[in-house]
Amino acid sequence: MSKPIFKVRKSGLLSTIQDSGRKGYQQYGIVVSGAMDPFSMNVANFLVGNKGNEAVLEITVMGPAFKVLDDAVIAICGGNLSPKVNGEKAPMWKSFTLKKGDRLEFGQPLSGARSYISLAGGYDVPLVMGSKSTYLKAGIGGVEGRALEKGDVLHTSGKIDGISGRALHPDEIPVYEKELTIRVVLGPHEHAFTEEGIQTFLSTPYEVTPQSDRMGFRLKGEKVEHATSADIISEAIPLGGIQVPANGDPIILMSDRQTTGGYTRIATVISSDIPYLAQAMPGCTIHFREVTVEQAQEVFETNDRFLRTLEKVSVR
Amino acid sequence: MKLDYYPLGDTGIQLVFGTEISEETNRRIRMFADELAQHPIDGVVEWVPAYTTLTIYYLPNKISFNALKQKLEELDEQQHGREAESASLVYIIPTYYGDEVGSDLEFVAEHNGLSKEEVISIHANKDYLIYMMGFVPGFPYLGGMSEEIATPRRENPRAEIEPGSVGIAGAQTGVYPLESPGGWQLIGQTPVKLYDPTGERPILLESGHYLRFVPISKEEFLNIKESIKRGEYKVETEEKKVSVHEVG
Repeated sequence: MSKPIFKVRKSGLLSTIQDSGRKGYQQYGIVVSGAMDPFSMNVANFLVGNKGNEAVLEITVMGPAFKVLDDAVIAICGGNLSPKVNGEKAPMWKSFTLKKGDRLEFGQPLSGARSYISLAGGYDVPLVMGSKSTYLKAGIGGVEGRALEKGDVLHTSGKIDGISGRALHPDEIPVYEKELTIRVVLGPHEHAFTEEGIQTFLSTPYEVTPQSDRMGFRLKGEKVEHATSADIISEAIPLGGIQVPANGDPIILMSDRQTTGGYTRIATVISSDIPYLAQAMPGCTIHFREVTVEQAQEVFETNDRFLRTLEKVSVR
Repeated sequence: MKLDYYPLGDTGIQLVFGTEISEETNRRIRMFADELAQHPIDGVVEWVPAYTTLTIYYLPNKISFNALKQKLEELDEQQHGREAESASLVYIIPTYYGDEVGSDLEFVAEHNGLSKEEVISIHANKDYLIYMMGFVPGFPYLGGMSEEIATPRRENPRAEIEPGSVGIAGAQTGVYPLESPGGWQLIGQTPVKLYDPTGERPILLESGHYLRFVPISKEEFLNIKESIKRGEYKVETEEKKVSVHEVG
């Protein structure tokens, strides 16, 4: 039964409901959206006993504040945005019980950019085209297609009781560094760049600029040189696609990217590195490293096996 | 002609069917996508047809890049030498031209040395191929507008354009599916919803099919709007036979 859990006292910078995204509608121009850091989303869900792709609350840099309206099991994973319950430090990467009347709030961002709050039983918002993910530009998903606002009440579907006190092994908790190496598969438009341009891209550091959001991360660094025009006939653009417009500054396309685009793309970030990238704040430095698609899929296998094991011990 | 295959990271593959925008290339892409729909490959999540490419997204724990590429090559092989007749649909889009809903009609006419009526007759009653969908939810990239009514974008883009607005930008024509800012020259508006996120059919149009604007009066425009509100309106479609000559 649907049960009110959180009353929003402070909305935070950008707090939205997200799941694994809207799949199957890209051919109609529907943006995928979904959690920027799917690893943290999955783990947060498994820890409370949910399915991995159940909707979670994605909070950004400056987190929200809630009054707890009823007992509930939650977990907080991802960037450390200093979660507190009744003023005391709250655990991360571990499920715990909130009591009716508690205050859940966030403080200084200590590491990463985004945190995920899972709720046993999931957040009770309607499915739009098969997903609960919020897509602000089209005003769909989540809470009335928008970010959380003061006064909103979030409900759980109440289908499960949840499991309190289960934690991810400390060795498995990701560390979000200010300087990170991101693996990419080159292409599909390598031919549109000079050899020097590709060398520049792979060997010099790029800084994440403040013009970075759920749609894409704009980078600053050595210009990537084109051999041909920077424009192409519009085609589908994947998550992690790195487009380089005529000005030579790369842009990494993230969850809220448009489905199609008309700029040359030098490479694609491998899916296993997206969660780390999603936690990069403006000012962070990125080094790109080339891998083959076969290597990328080996990494995927390893990570996938880990998540499946976690799922097996968690979800009942 | 053989297709080119490119990995897009570890979860996407791009098939390149040509280097130029053409109806022939579009048709081959559509046939390929139809095959994928009829004979699903385990691990394939979805695909996106575009002007010259088909992009397929997949789960690498279900199928590897190389295994998928091989399957797609086989599929392509089977299509070679096939002469297919594909039944396309024409979506009939009733459009109220000019007046308050098409305030740039006069500018488009003047720019091209035509009367407003001539612009309408060139723009309407013609089948535009929907090459691809994208840009915003439900937006069709249409091909085939006459150069005679081509008009550059507005110098001052509008902050707000009503859904259903029909516009011209350069040699392109299109319909805004949802309220958005934009620089297109607006020549009319359709009461038909191209995008209805909570409806049974969220997106009306599909790439590979056609769209035809049919002029209506203000009265008809308002009537259709009302009947859409009551949930009684059904968009008309017509079948269109297009033969495809596949060269192996």
